[in-house]
Amino acid sequence: MSGSGLDPTFTSLPYRQLGDAALARARELGVTHADFRFERVRYQHLGVRDGVLQGASDREDLGFAVRVIHRGAWGFASGVVLTTDEAVRLADAAVAVALVAAEMTSSPVEIAPEPVYDDVTWISPYEVNPLEVPTADKAEVLIDWTNRLRTGAAVDHASASLEQVQENKYYADLAGTRTTQQRVRLHPAFEAMGAGADTFDSMASIAPPAGRGWEYLTDRSLYDWDDEIEQVPELLAEKLKAPSVQAGTYDLVIHPSNLWLTIHESIGHATELDRALGYEANYAGTSFATYDKLNTLQYGSGVMNVTGDRTVEHGLASIGYDDEGVETQSWDIVRDGVLVGYQLDRAMGHMKPELNGGRSNGCAYADSPGHIPIQRMANVSLQPAQDGPSTEELISRVERGIYVVGDKSWSIDMQRFNFQFTGQRFYTITDGELVGQVRDVAYQATTTDFWNSMEAVGGPETWVLGGAFNCGKAQPGQVASVSHGCPTSLFRNVRILNTNDEAGH
Amino acid sequence: MSTQSPSASLVMTPQSLVDHGVATSTADDCIVIVRNSTSANLRWANNTLTTNGVMHAVSVTVISFIRSSEGVSTGSVSGSASSQAQVTALVEAADAAARAGSPAEDANDLVTGDAAADWDEAPGATDIHVYDAFAPALGEAFGHASGAGRVLYGFVNHEVVTTYLGSTTGLRLRHVQPTGHYACTGKTADLTQSAWVGGATRDFSDVDALAIEQTVAQRLGWGSRRVDLPAGRYDTILPPTAVADLMIDAYWYAGARVAHEGQSVYSKRGVGTRIGDRIAKPGVNLFSDPSYPGLACAPFVTASASGNESSVFDNGLPLGRTDWIRDGELTSLLQTRHSAAMTQQPVTPMVDNLVLDVDGGRGSVDDLVAGTERGLLLTCLWYIRAVDEQTLLLTGLTRDGVYLVENGEITGAVNNYRFNESPVDLLNRFSHASATVPSFSREWGDDYFSRTATPALRIPDFNMSSVSQAM
Repeated sequence: MSGSGLDPTFTSLPYRQLGDAALARARELGVTHADFRFERVRYQHLGVRDGVLQGASDREDLGFAVRVIHRGAWGFASGVVLTTDEAVRLADAAVAVALVAAEMTSSPVEIAPEPVYDDVTWISPYEVNPLEVPTADKAEVLIDWTNRLRTGAAVDHASASLEQVQENKYYADLAGTRTTQQRVRLHPAFEAMGAGADTFDSMASIAPPAGRGWEYLTDRSLYDWDDEIEQVPELLAEKLKAPSVQAGTYDLVIHPSNLWLTIHESIGHATELDRALGYEANYAGTSFATYDKLNTLQYGSGVMNVTGDRTVEHGLASIGYDDEGVETQSWDIVRDGVLVGYQLDRAMGHMKPELNGGRSNGCAYADSPGHIPIQRMANVSLQPAQDGPSTEELISRVERGIYVVGDKSWSIDMQRFNFQFTGQRFYTITDGELVGQVRDVAYQATTTDFWNSMEAVGGPETWVLGGAFNCGKAQPGQVASVSHGCPTSLFRNVRILNTNDEAGH
Repeated sequence: MSTQSPSASLVMTPQSLVDHGVATSTADDCIVIVRNSTSANLRWANNTLTTNGVMHAVSVTVISFIRSSEGVSTGSVSGSASSQAQVTALVEAADAAARAGSPAEDANDLVTGDAAADWDEAPGATDIHVYDAFAPALGEAFGHASGAGRVLYGFVNHEVVTTYLGSTTGLRLRHVQPTGHYACTGKTADLTQSAWVGGATRDFSDVDALAIEQTVAQRLGWGSRRVDLPAGRYDTILPPTAVADLMIDAYWYAGARVAHEGQSVYSKRGVGTRIGDRIAKPGVNLFSDPSYPGLACAPFVTASASGNESSVFDNGLPLGRTDWIRDGELTSLLQTRHSAAMTQQPVTPMVDNLVLDVDGGRGSVDDLVAGTERGLLLTCLWYIRAVDEQTLLLTGLTRDGVYLVENGEITGAVNNYRFNESPVDLLNRFSHASATVPSFSREWGDDYFSRTATPALRIPDFNMSSVSQAM
């Protein structure tokens, strides 16, 4: 199947009948809102180690859910038996849950209004669905990658993996919206491992996951896998011989393959309104970017402009309509360094009607038919400077610094103040020139200090759409995919740790 | 927890789904794993219920095995399924994947056996009524908190997963695993102080919402005196929940193959593992045991895919007590039969619980506090990630309560910190240990690993790398 239409093996499923039955029952029970979501999510994982296919597994989540607002409380029930009797039973169960919850609900739930979309379809742009490519062909590519990596003298072992997802959703609600959607994403990855005299280390691909099809691995204009596989063994060899960094304060030039993750943690999560209002306090945490700081918080320097976007082509969080039937949008989160927007779902939109014209900006998402839609992250991206500098120009502005490429370890506190990141490789910059790699580097900062220390963002030619498959949030826990675009950027006076020193070694 | 079917409309029993799958496969061998799961949860924030739900899922995994002169190839396909037709589709896909596959490096004989005595029993189940006593008390706790200027945020979840595993070699195994946990974060109305109480349960009969609220209130009271302290190395008491946070990482990074190939803290330089080396203080014991009281878990292997620490060929392999560290010595790493042959060590697969026990450990957190002249008492840790595999250096943060201990008493609340530490190092550096008690990892307990028992540990020089402003 190519990206030309909805998958007929999904459209042949009885979601319309089930949805009609569930919503009719919910209406009978007198709910103020009901929505029905039917999903089929197909996954395939391939793992290769040292030229041998270690494991291949396919998984498919298929089921449906009924969500209601009844007597001012949410109720939710999900199941997997595809009968109208079960759809009716789940509507009953969702209402029963709402009745239990209503006894303890002091703030009645209401949701922001949204136009009705009557039977609309949205399909993400891709050419070849990776799940339709023979598994043996895909395994052959990964095996070839690890074999080629292992030809490097410094490489003792090599691994590769490929995650693929096809997500189909049907949504219907009592207001009359019905949406049917399909999207595809994939995450190819590889890593080479080696040992030096008294150390071992690894070097991983910096290729981002993408909302694309199998063409991502075959079209060199989309990503040049061959070039990176050729470079990684030498990069690892250099890393194994590199000196350990001297802890201290350095200027940093950060490549998009690393900066996307810093954006994700320190801007993406911090500007989720549910967190800012306390609705994630027990688990994922709250945010320093509280609502009273809207339009006043100097989040970063004047060159900082960040957008939320669920419409960008090939974004992992891109879709036509969210899991509450809201048409997706693009909007400003930080403009000229100042906090100006948040990510919203319909409940949050109702709480803060002064935002986005009283409408959700389309950030509701559930990762499976068995989970409740919650406010999840849009593609949150740092904008480049038109006519901005190249990466080389940014490096040339640094007298004593470090150039950071690729992501590795990441951690941030529950209000998104204090973070610490590592990377794949770090190059010393001396007098505007790259000198060579250093090891054992982590950078640590407070979010607003860090973004206010950003002196320059690169031009559009330095901008890359990075991202992740595995963003966790909520209770019960859910996983979401999200992209973050950014240019190479220059930061002044950032704290660098030596991880060996930190370990006491 | 009841033991009846979760849904009168379930089209087929789990046993019949297994039997149908095994009978339908045209592969040389086939394993079918059915997981029937029901769950119910309540979530709250700002002293009111938020999102709440009940879920039912039936997942079927079919693993097909095709033998040839070159070896055995496998195909593994999982999906939501409740009808014969859905299982048939999964079997056909798994058989086709196995036929198209290449020989598996972890090929082994499949486990043989008969039907277990409880094979014919129905799956366990739970529903919203598991909270019949808890929910009204929670509503009362909201009232107390609101009246006293406190704000509560929290989550309770209860699920019952019944696993049925059958194979063409005659094996028929069943396991019922109830898992529950509770957590409540409390804040003062001005949001400047935070406290947390959480734990694991099997059936919520032992969880008292009012008692939780009282404990949260007591801890917030400790914060009436605020003390700001800089980064540095502190005499620090890690309560059992924080020790669980760290030991789970020590366990998850204990893969034998990766260690053998020289890529972990458990590797010898050159090649091989550190099994047999002393890696912790004498008297330190880290082990898993499927029959450990209160932490019972599956006594056999289930694996839907092969990887460094799992092998589909090992499905059904019996699990028993496994010592990972005994008297300070590394005794085992996470092994499949494949990695065990590679490393020339016993087969010791992962078990779904973990116990840290220190010889001579006695008393409680309160006793460690009473014996501390000046130090810090943590509540729990958060956002823990590996920084360096060679040392298993972890970074993360304190959360929801760091308290100053002076002359054996808690005298105030301290700011939060980022830490950089290795759990393996900590097992060499602690100065005092309490008795081992059931614990619950704040970081990993909710979704991944809730069956832990750990002591509190006092670390004389815990590395607080920087101050976190989070409250």
